[in-house]
Amino acid sequence: MAEFIIKRVLQALLVLLVMTVLVFFGVNVIGNPVYIFASSECDQACLTKIIADLGLDRPVWEQYLVFLGNLLQGDLGNSFTHGIPALSLIFERLPATLELAFAALVLALVIGLPLGMRAGLKPEAFSSRCIMAFSMIGFSLPVFWIGLIMILVFSVQLGWMPSIGRGDTVEVFGTEFSFLTLNGLHHLAMPAFTLSLIMMAMVIRLTRAGMREVLFADYIKFARANGIRERRILSAHVMKNILIPIVTVLGMEFGGVIAFAVVVESIFSWPGVGKMLIDAIGVLDRPLIVAYLIFVVFMFVILNLLVDILYSILDPRVRLGDSPT
Amino acid sequence: MTAVLDVRDLDTSFVSPSGTIAALQGVSLTVNTGEILGLVGESGSGKSLTGFSINRLISPPGKVVGGQVLLHGQDVLTLGEEDMRQLRGRRIAMIFQDPMMTLNPVLRIETQMYDALSAHESITKTKARSRAIAALDEVGIPAPEDRLRSYPHQLSGGMRQRVAIAIALLHRPDLIIADEPTTALDVTIQGQILALVQRLCRDRGTALIWITHDLAVVAGIADRLAVMYAGRIVEIGGVDDVLDNPAHPYTRGLIDSVPARGTRGKRLNQIPGRMPALTDLPKGCAYAPRCPRATAACEAMPAIEPISDTRAVRCFHPLTGEAS
Ligand SMILES: Nc1ncnc2c1ncn2[C@@H]1O[C@H](COP(=O)(O)OP(=O)(O)OP(=O)(O)O)[C@@H](O)[C@H]1O
Ligand code: SF4
Ligand SMILES: [Mg+2]
Repeated sequence: MAEFIIKRVLQALLVLLVMTVLVFFGVNVIGNPVYIFASSECDQACLTKIIADLGLDRPVWEQYLVFLGNLLQGDLGNSFTHGIPALSLIFERLPATLELAFAALVLALVIGLPLGMRAGLKPEAFSSRCIMAFSMIGFSLPVFWIGLIMILVFSVQLGWMPSIGRGDTVEVFGTEFSFLTLNGLHHLAMPAFTLSLIMMAMVIRLTRAGMREVLFADYIKFARANGIRERRILSAHVMKNILIPIVTVLGMEFGGVIAFAVVVESIFSWPGVGKMLIDAIGVLDRPLIVAYLIFVVFMFVILNLLVDILYSILDPRVRLGDSPT
Repeated sequence: MTAVLDVRDLDTSFVSPSGTIAALQGVSLTVNTGEILGLVGESGSGKSLTGFSINRLISPPGKVVGGQVLLHGQDVLTLGEEDMRQLRGRRIAMIFQDPMMTLNPVLRIETQMYDALSAHESITKTKARSRAIAALDEVGIPAPEDRLRSYPHQLSGGMRQRVAIAIALLHRPDLIIADEPTTALDVTIQGQILALVQRLCRDRGTALIWITHDLAVVAGIADRLAVMYAGRIVEIGGVDDVLDNPAHPYTRGLIDSVPARGTRGKRLNQIPGRMPALTDLPKGCAYAPRCPRATAACEAMPAIEPISDTRAVRCFHPLTGEAS
């Protein structure tokens, strides 16, 4: 197990290094941040000074090394527009995004698993066909469109749901959370549901496919032949086998959900990192953009690492270092 | 001897919108206390289906459509679903062919044994544990306490089959249906498992149906033998009796197609052709297209008729012990 984890961590570090190169040079290609700082009466000398201040006069590779050195010390530079460290800006906004993403994850599982199981148990039933049609819709309709339609219907037409912001929050351990107040939950519902749709569709399909496969396995027949109750067979013998692919896919997808939150946060004015990124791109706040991208990459890598480990706990067969006796 | 299991005229079909396929027709057999009945026949003849019909675990669209399955005189086909569940594992147990596939890959042996126990009695974890250890010990698993913590993939094929047997025996069932339990194992392990099951069933008076297509295995373990062809039993009787003096031409063909010692170099007598699909069975005797004794009479379906106190055969022109 230890060997397995060390190997994965080393791989993760390598991926991170490669990604810093890509992100750094990628962002360097777009726009010229000098003009953000230069006032209209700035002459050539003034421009040169700004360039030197920002370190942009040095060769690109040298800039990269400086960037990497700072990164190693946890310093991703100050935001051009806010003047404070980009990382602290991100961490300030992150709880809102995480709350949204977790709410979406929970919704996807709580709604997706039972629906998928139903569709897997009785694939011919009318209700099962409806469930599968719903998952098709979840996959194929664009997220921003669903978000807008929901606002139109539930906020504008019916006036049932608030359309923007987090609502009332409660502070726990120095962080604000919406889901602890009724009003906050009310605000959270639509964005979380919108964000969860793709995951939910995925959970439904994976659960159904898993059911179709596992239900006919010999070990399920054997469990039935031993008289084990159907409830126990489904909730333990079938479920544990199905959860393996679901956990894997959701774990990897979760990073994508946080990245996808960009769209949902913009539509519902949810004050998370996604909305911050859109604003940063608008004003070409290069350190903030880079910091966000590095942060997202970091998160993906960590998530994959966790998924690998969790997977090896769930599925005894992938655990390295124990062989048949 | 009393019949533990008495199957009478069992019919099982696959019902679909495009029509009904009769997969088992008029299957009748009995198994007595402590007796081992071998069930042979080529692939697709309905052996497994017979087993699953008895404990009512055929997956849809399969369905038992007629007949009786009497367990100690009680027809299990009339039981409600919950009563049937209580029967499974407690009075009728099953062992399957592929020991790689019969244990759940993601649950510990302990969990699987605990579930099998608690399905039929309320039992504490500690008590279940000692019962499980005793059961594993009985089937010859070394260091059973350690094995409880194992996952199936950590055991060899033979060990897994022993675990499956231990689970099947947990509640001392009246009847065990073993569906080719040694086919996937290599020969030495096969012999061990065979001897183990034989001993345990004899000791406890458990009735056993041993499904296989290996006549040598059947000759070694069974007391009686039933031969299936295209969803019907074509011959049934004492195992030595049937193997020494087969009455049905198909049984004869099966025996002749097994390579025997001292016949090396001689041509094996394979049965020509193949078993017809269930969807286009011939009008009369299903074996007629391959049968060397077929006559015009065989265009009708022969009934299964007793030819002695202990034997019955489904054929218009049974062999009567003349030289072959
Ligand atoms: N869903 C189904 N629809 C129609 N026919 C089926 C279905 N499932 C099984 N059958 C048929 O039922 C018949 C009996 O199958 P069974 O599994 O009992 O054979 P078997 O004697 O156990 O063969 P094997 O030695 O290969 O295990 C086969 O001819 C098979 O084609
Ligand atoms: S009934 Fe006729 S065709 Fe069928 S096995 Fe007997 S002799 Fe052969
Ligand atoms: Mg079979």
